[in-house]
Amino acid sequence: MHWGWLVPHLPLLFHGLQITLLILVFSVVVGFILAVPIGLAQVTGGPVARTIAKAYCSYMRGTPLLTQLWLLYYGVGSLFPMIPGMRENFMWLIRLDAIYYVLFAFTLNFAGYEAEVMRGAFLSVPRGELEAARAIGMSSWKVLSRVWFPRAVLQVLPTLTGEVIGQLKSTPLAFTLPVMDLMGATSKIRQDTYIIYEPLLFLALVYMILTFIITRAFGYFENMIPKRK
Amino acid sequence: MTKTKTLLMAALAAGTMFAAAPAYADLKMGVAAEPYAPFTSKDASGKWVGWEVDFMNALCADIGEKCAIEEVAWDGIIPALQAKKFDMIMSSMSITPERAKTINFSNMYYNSAAVIIGAKSDDKDFSPEHLKGKTIGVQVSTTHAAYLAKYYEPKGAVIKTYATQDEANADLAAGRLDYIMADGVALGAFLDSSQGGCCEQKGAVPIDIDILGPGVGFGIRKEDTALLDKVNKGIQDLANNGTFDKITATWKLEGKVVTPAKK
Repeated sequence: MHWGWLVPHLPLLFHGLQITLLILVFSVVVGFILAVPIGLAQVTGGPVARTIAKAYCSYMRGTPLLTQLWLLYYGVGSLFPMIPGMRENFMWLIRLDAIYYVLFAFTLNFAGYEAEVMRGAFLSVPRGELEAARAIGMSSWKVLSRVWFPRAVLQVLPTLTGEVIGQLKSTPLAFTLPVMDLMGATSKIRQDTYIIYEPLLFLALVYMILTFIITRAFGYFENMIPKRK
Repeated sequence: MTKTKTLLMAALAAGTMFAAAPAYADLKMGVAAEPYAPFTSKDASGKWVGWEVDFMNALCADIGEKCAIEEVAWDGIIPALQAKKFDMIMSSMSITPERAKTINFSNMYYNSAAVIIGAKSDDKDFSPEHLKGKTIGVQVSTTHAAYLAKYYEPKGAVIKTYATQDEANADLAAGRLDYIMADGVALGAFLDSSQGGCCEQKGAVPIDIDILGPGVGFGIRKEDTALLDKVNKGIQDLANNGTFDKITATWKLEGKVVTPAKK
């Protein structure tokens, strides 16, 4: 076992960890915020909104995240310079760093999955509770914010834990673009030092610790809910 | 019956002599069987051609030896040299300290130039001072990445690393990078492609042996010191009389390979 590489490469690994956490936290938070209206649209929306929301979820869940990521970066992104006037007026868009593409793709993908989860969650709240809320004079917005949404989210918390862990384990895909996440940092160490197993073992350990922290954090929230048997 | 047997024997003997024909050559060169164009590859008729083959013919004429090519698998090329299956390795083999423990190397006879490629609309200057604030793409953990970190990053260039060379090439074509740096021979293929139409070679960077390595040499058995001296003298002769430049021009490798300097 060779561990001599670890200390000199700690700054690189720390930078990689920051990028991995940025991708995870940003895509989970923003993705979830997007997922609520998309999920709701599938339950209460009119035919047009419903169809659009369903098509969005089908695409996001029906194609690999890697394909979506590459379609954005190597596909759409590389078409920008061909649009007349782009090079002169929108150079920043052409030069947009790969990390923005990663954040964009990961967020949209997470939103697609969570919208489907939220759709089921909204449907699972008993009709009677919603009718009771309306009966005491709550507005539609109040019914949603005080009764429907909280009850729905609490029911799917265990599912969400799994989804967030899944998202963490998707983050290494970012390293297929010029983004130095934890996986990319480890890969660079591997190629610099020709030490193969130890950096990968270290990488596995870090992901396990992160998963443990996520499980614990969500477990804490789950325990806050009084259980009614 | 006896007559037939004799005839058969004669035919067999002739066959053996025929098969052993290359053994009459004074010097046998071990070349990896895998094609490595434009240095060593086979043409449609199965004849070895390439920059290295032309160079070998010129060198053998200079040192007064008759040379022949012996094909061998790249993986076993050093053991085959030790087992005297041939006399010299001529297979674009980079001179490394690790290999030099087992075999001797002749002086460098070529080194792939490390080149910088950029958009045709940009000027030809590619000095570190001029590329301040520009973005340069390079494959991660290569000698070129080390070169950029030593000479270009301290002067203010932004270095972006890629897992593969193809991705860096694609991003240069998409306008996300100002320049890329890589092996001149490998990038020649990219520039010839439709994607590479955007860009041109700005030039080769000054050689730094510590980073880019000493280049390619012949591998020769440790005990064959007389042969080593003779080959080194031949390489210098070819450098002095301009043969290297002629062969390089034949294979359109100007600016893509570096050859020994005149002395």
